[in-house]
Amino acid sequence: MRIGSRSVHLRDLSALALAFGLVLATTVYGRAQTPPPVTLVNVSYDPTRELYRAINEAFAREWLATHRQRVTVRVSHGGSGRQARSVIDGLEADVVTLALAGDIDAIARESKRLPDNWQSRLPNNASPYTSTIVFLVRKGNPKGIRDWNDLIRPGISVITPNPKTSGGARWNYLAAWAYERDRTGGDEAAARRFVEALFKNVPVLDTGARGSTTTFVQRGLGDVLLAWENEAYLALAEFGTDKFDIVNPSLSILAEPPVSLVDHVVDRRGTRAVAQAYLEFLYTPAAQAIIAKHFYRPVAPQHAAPADIARFPQIRLVTIDNAFGGWAKAHADHFADGASFDQIYRPSGAPSR
Amino acid sequence: MSAIALGSRSFGIARPSALPGFGITFGFTIAYLSLIVLIPLSVLVWRASGLGLSGIWHVATTPRVLAALKTSFYISFAAAAVNAVFGLITAWVLTRYRFPGRTALDALVDLPFALPTAVAGIALAALYAPNGWIGSWFALADIKVAYTPLGIFIALTFIGLPFVVRTVQPVLADLDREIEEASATLGASRMQTLLRVVLPALVPAVMTGFALAFGRAVGEYGSVIFIAGNMPFLSEIAPLLIIVQLEEFNYAGATAIATIMLAISFLSLLTINLIQAWSRRRFGHG
Repeated sequence: MRIGSRSVHLRDLSALALAFGLVLATTVYGRAQTPPPVTLVNVSYDPTRELYRAINEAFAREWLATHRQRVTVRVSHGGSGRQARSVIDGLEADVVTLALAGDIDAIARESKRLPDNWQSRLPNNASPYTSTIVFLVRKGNPKGIRDWNDLIRPGISVITPNPKTSGGARWNYLAAWAYERDRTGGDEAAARRFVEALFKNVPVLDTGARGSTTTFVQRGLGDVLLAWENEAYLALAEFGTDKFDIVNPSLSILAEPPVSLVDHVVDRRGTRAVAQAYLEFLYTPAAQAIIAKHFYRPVAPQHAAPADIARFPQIRLVTIDNAFGGWAKAHADHFADGASFDQIYRPSGAPSR
Repeated sequence: MSAIALGSRSFGIARPSALPGFGITFGFTIAYLSLIVLIPLSVLVWRASGLGLSGIWHVATTPRVLAALKTSFYISFAAAAVNAVFGLITAWVLTRYRFPGRTALDALVDLPFALPTAVAGIALAALYAPNGWIGSWFALADIKVAYTPLGIFIALTFIGLPFVVRTVQPVLADLDREIEEASATLGASRMQTLLRVVLPALVPAVMTGFALAFGRAVGEYGSVIFIAGNMPFLSEIAPLLIIVQLEEFNYAGATAIATIMLAISFLSLLTINLIQAWSRRRFGHG
């Protein structure tokens, strides 16, 4: 298609028009060739609302820049165990980002939609961020609560959700157990008595972490709230630092909320590549900075803003694997039907099951 | 037309009716009820039956389950009883008197029907918490309302109220004033008229309302868990135990508790229906 040096004739004009039309057509066709928009479903737990809103925005921006594809991530929030059950019962989740590995294990076991070795597929036990359990107390700490052993004093009222229905509460319970066992040099019986005494001081068992926060913050019940670290900071940010203080116990538990693909779903929907990229994105410097900003502890703190990292105090943290032999064992020992938590609430004299 | 000859005791299916289409509507009714009610309920029982009768019995006699069932059914019964009394009074005021704002008040009664139960639970917990508007007054007298069985009672009363009002209202409206006037002219006192003429005619409707309120309260979850405190053996309701079982992925255990509740509810409703049928024969009307 040469528009040449010759004088412009009508024929040439039409050739020009044709060429122009062709270019236009290719452009339009070419645009149609960019991949169609894709939607991911991330099934998560309660206190990650704010975190994933920010993460999804950043990921969508990056994916559009690198792959010229629009991606929308829809996130479903709820109690971790309930969310796991929804996925087992057929909720089409491309990825799950839950409060504890035990819940994703349950999905693998009950639904077979992902392999049993899911936790080894991503770095750091598939947890791109960690958290821990801290105390939220009323401003000025009127009851002088410094550590776990203050929680079993008579007259102290402790707010925690029910470990039977809340993932966060299981971390609370195990952290208290680990503290007393550590203090007594490994005495399991003492640890059990300690946790029993602690739960004697609990006036209300809410079914989820947000419910407990409401009970403590808005209903004014209790002297101390056992909370996720990020939830405690969120409460400070939401209700003002003039109302509450955060107390860091001498020892707590390393909570590792894990993430995984749901293989069965991504293969059927053809979203494996983008879902995998979404999970890997969580480990990138950009995401790690967002994570620290939302009060979760990033696994690569060097990428986060130093000011955000400085907010996390040094607490001695035990892990579920080292202290309790992994989630399967911890569940069987403490939270299964008739296990230690149920025994705490057995009325005296009633026969055991 | 031999079908007619069979008389009123026959099923009368073959009898021509003034209204056409019995076959098609009856078929639809059965299919619809099966899809919406019968099949889900039989799946429930079928899932629980994986445990066997002894398994279900074992679940039912666990002290914790027993305690929760007692909490659920006793408090539901108490709440329905209170609703029977105060629902009757409310219905009375709404049908017998004309006053400004009556229509608004009438609409208000239905609110517990429409409100998402979780919203009701949060509102009630906020009101009756030790620092709430009403709870703080109770706190002065050292009475705890929220996070105790008393809190459960209030939530169950709240959600049950419309049932009694709405079943009694039309009966009250239909009640012949002339009978009351006759009673008065025959020399009965107002109290005698109320107790011996009006109330007996209302008994079947009140019983129906009571049964509906009771049935609803037994299965209530959303509004209760926010205000109950959920302490095992004290303020734990049976539906919460079902959720707990589900959290442990113990579907059989959960359905076992559900089946037990279903059986108890069915028996209670059956009893109430029998009493109702008796009172209908005894007092008429309804």
